[in-house]
This record gives sequence, structure tokens and C-alpha cells, in this order.
Amino acid sequence: MGPDFSYGDSVNSVSHGFTPDVAAQLGDADQRRDLTAALADLPLPTTDAEEWRYSPIGELDLAAYTPVTAPPDRTVDAVSGAACSAQITIIDGFVVEVDRASGVDGLHIEVVTGPAPSTADVDRTALDVLHEAFSPATLSIRVDDGATIADPVLINSHHTGSGRAAFGSITVEVGVDAKLAVVENQTSADGPGLNVPRVSVTVGDAGRASYATIQDLGADLWQLARQHSVVGQQGNAELAIAAFGGAYARLRTDTTLAGRGANGDLLAVYYGDADQVLDFRTFQSHAAADTTSDLAFKGTVDDRAGSIYTGLIRIEENGRNSNAHQANRNIKLSDDAWAWSVPNLEIENNEVRCSHASTVSPVDEDQRFFLHARGVPPRIADRLIVAGFFADVVDRFPEVLRDGIVTRVADKLDRRERRVGDDGAAA
Amino acid sequence: MSELVISGLEASVGGKQILRGVDLTIRSGEVHAVMGPNGAGKSTLSHVLMGKPGYEVTGGSVTLDGADLLAMPVWDRAAAGLFLAMQYPTEVPGVQLRDVLRHSIATGDVSIDELEPRLLAEADRIGFEHQFLDRAMNVDLSGGEKKRNETIQLAVLQPKIAILDEIDSGLDVDALRDVSRRVEAATEETGLGVLVITHYNKLLDELHPDHVHVLAGGRIAASGGAELAAELEVSGYAAYSDGSARPAAEIDPDWDPFGDATFADRTL
Repeated sequence: MGPDFSYGDSVNSVSHGFTPDVAAQLGDADQRRDLTAALADLPLPTTDAEEWRYSPIGELDLAAYTPVTAPPDRTVDAVSGAACSAQITIIDGFVVEVDRASGVDGLHIEVVTGPAPSTADVDRTALDVLHEAFSPATLSIRVDDGATIADPVLINSHHTGSGRAAFGSITVEVGVDAKLAVVENQTSADGPGLNVPRVSVTVGDAGRASYATIQDLGADLWQLARQHSVVGQQGNAELAIAAFGGAYARLRTDTTLAGRGANGDLLAVYYGDADQVLDFRTFQSHAAADTTSDLAFKGTVDDRAGSIYTGLIRIEENGRNSNAHQANRNIKLSDDAWAWSVPNLEIENNEVRCSHASTVSPVDEDQRFFLHARGVPPRIADRLIVAGFFADVVDRFPEVLRDGIVTRVADKLDRRERRVGDDGAAA
Repeated sequence: MSELVISGLEASVGGKQILRGVDLTIRSGEVHAVMGPNGAGKSTLSHVLMGKPGYEVTGGSVTLDGADLLAMPVWDRAAAGLFLAMQYPTEVPGVQLRDVLRHSIATGDVSIDELEPRLLAEADRIGFEHQFLDRAMNVDLSGGEKKRNETIQLAVLQPKIAILDEIDSGLDVDALRDVSRRVEAATEETGLGVLVITHYNKLLDELHPDHVHVLAGGRIAASGGAELAAELEVSGYAAYSDGSARPAAEIDPDWDPFGDATFADRTL
């Protein structure tokens, strides 16, 4: 009898390098062996599961990737000259450098060895267990109660490609009435690779945390990312992603607004071209009264690229007076590009205000006509419209990232112009 | 001296003939008002002249200083010196007025450095707060601010011929006066020729036309001086109905349900 594909192949039913012996080389051998052994019973995700629907997850071939068991030799040049509280370099999931600014009190940065903590209390799949087993160590960033960290912590995460599988792990804990911003730059070498990063953000009562990422991976990389946040009473968390790279780049975000009056905002800007698939799944739980959330995801897809947004806002029974907004807007620049946009609300309490919106459309013809009528040629008009479309969300990113996002959007548009030429934009 | 010559212009929308042979010549410094009942084709005329997609020109010609406008794409018409002030200026999120002017080929070789003082001077001249210049195009602007904004663009781009399409809709009295005065000044300062499309006289009290035309049944049914507008005020357009107008219950295809006009305004 053949394998039952409706539940997916279990990880160990295919031959690959993610074995207990290899995991054991990362230290804490017993724990890692147990985790790896547990994979035998866990199916790899398939598109039958709602949260993987429309995705190319069925093409994931673990045998094509090699786990990394030792930190690579090479280092990455520090990317930013911007003011920061610390600059951290992660290569293939290994923290290779922590460079702290002097005179920053209340900020603790440690590298904690051992398997990664599970950030996936719910829907723990083989990928999550694989991550725990093969994550070399966890970068832990903590802010003491009452401490405000003025400048952001910058993380440069690099994947060296070459068929490697990297499992980075980051935890951010912001104490009561504390404040921190983390900015992550994700890059990679060209060529195939698998990147499975996990970020967990915990915000104490009245704390404020933001975690913003520019995903600028190479065109052949697969990324299966998860972010997880829990926000305490009157706390505020903002998770933002600007996604431009990867062959298939996915981010699942789970947010729990646990304390009364907590706020959790989710932002995304994405631009896919060629055959890219950019995939976003959000799960937001309003688990306490007076909690608020605002989700603003904006994307552009060109060529044969696709984007997926599925989002669920769940107002729990005790989420009285919650206020949630969810908007996903997409511009389709070519006929072959596609965008799935599926916002969902589940409301268990009647005294709430929720709204959701979702659009997928080509460049607006009236906006085009207006600009053309002012003498703006079509090539530039489309550029202005697409860049302008992103502007309100980009403006909500940390300032240190904004120029980079605008530049990457411009790079994508440049590439489009080189491909399609001056006549490519509709007249 | 520039000259926009519209000759025997015929156009249809979705297979329905709207313009049935429009003849009109507008020269530098002249102000022509085209009036007419709803559904007469006034907005169609302005859109066809600028080249808005969705209209099919089925006959006639339009030239600006001898150049065939109908053969040009929209942006080249703008570069040739045609400007359309829109009835409902389009919101373009995230795109500022400066971005548009900077990238307009209609500004010729004007540098950004030259553009900025001109922009600020024009904003001051028409009472447009500088903070609004940083806003996205027409986003969160009142009706009056939008029309002032259109007028600033007109003044900075310095076209040869401007079409003002129902520029009075959604405009308060002060804005109407400011816009009219600026346009009138342009006729003297830069020799702007103006084609103003309206169905209210109020605008013509401010923007004094040299010529008034009645557009009915898809053609110019009558032409005269300012006295014609006054006459229309009293007698209406009934005299110009030639039976080709659409039945009363039909809605103007140009009617914007989200615009300022009421539904009742917009039925024939």
C-alpha cells in the first residue's frame, strides 16, 4: 500500500539528511535525537490543510537540502551605519557576532544553546519540530521592566545558499513598561537553500515592541518562517515584513492579545515577480477585553508570480469591546500573476467592532488617465502609482527601513522596465 | 497664437453615438463656454479631446496648432499643450503633486529647482495651503481644495489650451472665484485658450466667456456671446431639443454616482 497522501508523507518516509545523528552533532544530543525521532510520526504539511492551501508546499523536497551543523567561516559585512543599540549577525541560523553599543542599560542579549523553544503551541507541524531539532541556538533579546531602548537592535541574517537548510531562532522579551524595536535584514547568496526562521515576541504589560523585517533573499531560496507574539495588558506589538525575495517565501504570524487593552498591528509590503510565490498567513486572537488590532498588507505581483494572504481574526468570548481591522490590497501587474486574498473573522462576543477588506486589481485606469493627462508617460505613471500604493504602509515601518523598502520596490520596477521595455505599460 | 480646431468630431461610447459632428475653434486668450443639458455629450467632448480610454472617435478631426491630437496618446496631448481640469479629480494615493509635475513631459525642460518656487508661488496665488502640497494627490482634499489643486497644475504646466470640465461642481463661492480669476489671468499672462464646460451660469459670472455654445444632441446647436448664457438661464434648453436626446428616464453615462451631483440632477 502506498503512502496516504491526504495526510502527507511523514518526514522519515523519505530519505534525507535530517537524521538523529546529524542533529546530535549540534549538542544537547539526547533532546535533539528525541525531537528528530518524533518526526517519524509527523506528516509534512500538504495543501489539504487550509493554512497551506494555494501554496507549493507539496514541492518541498527535504532530500534536496543539507542541515548545517557548524557555523560557516565567512562573515557578512555589517549592513547598516544607522544608530543602533546592538548589531547582530546570523549566518545559516548561527549567531556569529553580537556587537553592542556602549551605555545601553536594560538590554540583555544572549545566545542560548540547545534546541529552539517551541513557538508553535498550536498547529505544530513536522516543520516546527524540524526547526526545534536543528536550530543550533536561540538568540535571546530581553529588555528589563521599565527600560526604554532608544535605538533599534539590528539583525543581519544571511543564508549562504548551496542547498543548506538553516533554522534560526530568535526570542524577544520586552518587560513591563519597556520599549524596544528590532529590525532584521534577511539576505542570501544565490542558489537554492531552505530557510526556516522562527521569531517569538513577548510584550509585558504596557510594554511596546516592534519587529520589522526586510526579506531580500535570493531568487532560488525557500523560506518557511513563523513569527509569534503575545501581548500583555495595555501593551503594544507591531510586526512588519517587507518581502521581496525567495522562490517560495512564507510567513505565518500568530498574535495573541492576552491582556486587557493590548494592541497588535501587523504590516506587510510585498512585491513578487518572475515565478515567486509570497505567502502570508495571519492568526490574530483577541483574547481579552478592549484589545485592538490593525492589519495592513499591500502587495504587487507581476509576471507569473503569486501572492497568498489568508488571515483569521478571532475575537474570543472575553474579547468584549475589541476593535479589529484587516485589509489586504493587491495590484496585479500582469495577466498571469495571481493573488489569493482570504480575510476571515470569527467572533465569539457581540460587543466588538471588526472590519475586513480585500482587493485584487490591476493598476487603476482612472489614476493612469489622470497622470497621463498631466503629461506623465505610462512607464513613469505606473511606477508612481505602484510606489504610491505602498506609501501609507511603508510610512508605518521603522524609519531606518523605509528608504530600503522604497529602493527595493524601485529595483523591482526597474527590472520590470528592462524586461517589458517602454511599451510594456498599457497606454 | 495657438489654435485648437475641432472639426466634425463624432464619438461613441459602448457603441452609442454621443458626439455627432462637433465644430469648435478655440484660440489663445479666448474663453469659450460650452453649455447644454445633461446627456448632451459635454463630458464626452472633454474626455475625447484629452483621449480618455473607453471612447471611440468615429469621425472628424482635432488639431492643436496643426498637429493631429487624435493620433497622439494622452501624455503627448498634454505635452503638446492641452490640459484637462477634471470634474472629479482622481485620487492617486501616495503620489504627490510634486511627483506629478516633476515627471510631466508637459513641463518641458524645467528643472526641479525651477519648479518648486513656481509651485509655491502658484499655491500662494490661489490660496492653497502649503501643507496640502505634501498630501497625496486629491486624497483627503475638499471639493474646493481639489479644484484649487487642479488650477495650480494648470498654472505650473502652462498649457496652450485648457478644458475645464464642470470645474464648478463641488465648489464653494470663494473657490469658484479664486479658480476663475486665476484662469482668467492666465488668458492674459500666457495667452491660455479656455474651453469651459458647465451647465450653470454661476461660473460664467466669474469667468467671463467671449463665446457661448450650446451643445445639444451631440453637436453645437447654437453659438453666441455672453448674452446666450443669460438667455439659457431664462428659457432653458428646451428649444435645442431635436429629438435625438435620450429619453427622460435614462441616466447620463458620464454620471458619477459618487460625485457631487444628485441623481435628480443627472436625469434628462
